[in-house]
Amino acid sequence: MVAPTFALRDTVIGAVLVVQEFTLLCAQAIAGLAASRRYIPDIMLQIERVGVGSLFIVILTGLFTGMVLTLQGAIQLEPYGATIYVSRLVSTSVVRELGPVLAALMIAGRVGTGIASELASMQVTDQIDAMRAEGTDPIQKLVTIRLIACILMIPILTILTDGIAMVGGWLIATVTLSIDSYFYWTWALEALLPRDLALGLVKPVVFGFLIAMVGCYTGLRTKGGTVGVGRSTTQSMVTSSILVLGSDFLLTKLSMVWS
Amino acid sequence: MELAGVTLALGGREVLHDVSFRVQRGETKVILGASGSGKTTILKLVLGLTRPDRGSILIDGRDIARLSEQELQRCCRERMAMVFQNAALFDSLTVRENVGYRLWERGTMSDAEIEKIVEESLAFVGLEDVLDKMPAELSGGMRKRVGIARALASGAGVILYDEPTAGLDPINTCLVTRLILKLKAKQVTQIVVTHDLQTAERVANSVLMIQRGRVVFEGTPEALKQSHDPAVHAFIDPDCLSAHEQEAAGLTRPITQPE
Repeated sequence: MVAPTFALRDTVIGAVLVVQEFTLLCAQAIAGLAASRRYIPDIMLQIERVGVGSLFIVILTGLFTGMVLTLQGAIQLEPYGATIYVSRLVSTSVVRELGPVLAALMIAGRVGTGIASELASMQVTDQIDAMRAEGTDPIQKLVTIRLIACILMIPILTILTDGIAMVGGWLIATVTLSIDSYFYWTWALEALLPRDLALGLVKPVVFGFLIAMVGCYTGLRTKGGTVGVGRSTTQSMVTSSILVLGSDFLLTKLSMVWS
Repeated sequence: MELAGVTLALGGREVLHDVSFRVQRGETKVILGASGSGKTTILKLVLGLTRPDRGSILIDGRDIARLSEQELQRCCRERMAMVFQNAALFDSLTVRENVGYRLWERGTMSDAEIEKIVEESLAFVGLEDVLDKMPAELSGGMRKRVGIARALASGAGVILYDEPTAGLDPINTCLVTRLILKLKAKQVTQIVVTHDLQTAERVANSVLMIQRGRVVFEGTPEALKQSHDPAVHAFIDPDCLSAHEQEAAGLTRPITQPE
């Protein structure tokens, strides 16, 4: 009886410590924003890695999401003779939920794990300690620049995903469902409210913050050599995905309460 | 530089217990000991990368154990450099960028001045032809020498070495030892952590021996050889001891067992 009690206590203490460390790292990374001007070349490099590097997967994600959504939506609307309104379904679903969430999940898989594995490798090969020994703050040099890149680029990638998804929907609507382009785009744009667009832009900023910080946190606290690097990479993907989905629910709920 | 009564526990195990020693300006001090005895931890403490639980670390009379990262940077790290066991070169930077890293980060010198220092430092270690190579393209010995060049280029008055000859072939061991001797002749203060007795004898002004986190010997290399302390004797010539003496010297206990 005593052993499980101690195990539970240790687990709870461990979880509290993780939250505390993560919060502290976030605070330090945000504090580092003021001094980030000196790392502009590094920021540009990260922007290129996050943005240009993720273009291909978000284009494919958006395209197939829009196409599938149009096909499925049309099946549901057909009995009511409302197939022509399928673009309303596509645009609202994509801009409010699917675009931000799917883009974030794909970027968490590509960028978040990349950040975690890179920093984890640096950690286990003493490069982080070497950086501190050389007089550089690793949080400013490694974490803040990645945070800036993710917060800037993930909203842009999300807008692209949304746009491509609507184009994918338009392709299916015009080619397969014989819906006129004019009607498709008119209903698609008419269905979108300013609130949807605002929420569709706030979400990727939050997701970008989470993906960057989780990747950096899991990378920097890596222990245990190459096995640890693998563990951190997996942990980054799992944690980022859960946090993206959880925060998506919270943001959606908050926006509903607010409106 | 002085460590006074330094005690540190990591992961519930006491890594260092009441360690005290001094290093004079221009001295080359070798810290000897078996793997896992706490030698590297001492270097990390001196550089402020790890904080002691008890005791003080005095540099020019100032205790660095309780300083903030910024204060550590100003009063301590700026004047020190460390050559890590695996060199800890930054993977994403060329040899040129690695060697000049601290100078570029400081931002107080022109590119031409930095280039000159980088080239001179690499010439000092005999590697002037690898400027534009990446660390992954270098052998272990070359990496160590680039690590020494990085320390030299920083203009640090104190250089710390973590196992500088570990894993090197005899030729590279000789090259690295010669570099330490060249710097000793230039009156650079050096702390060399090693378990290699030959290197210790060649480079040391004084030797400190650590066993299971405790200082068991401090004196000249000559005095080390003549020591009658069973722990020292066991380290110098483990084969000459009986099983009983090995046990008395602590050689038969598992290294991770808390004392």
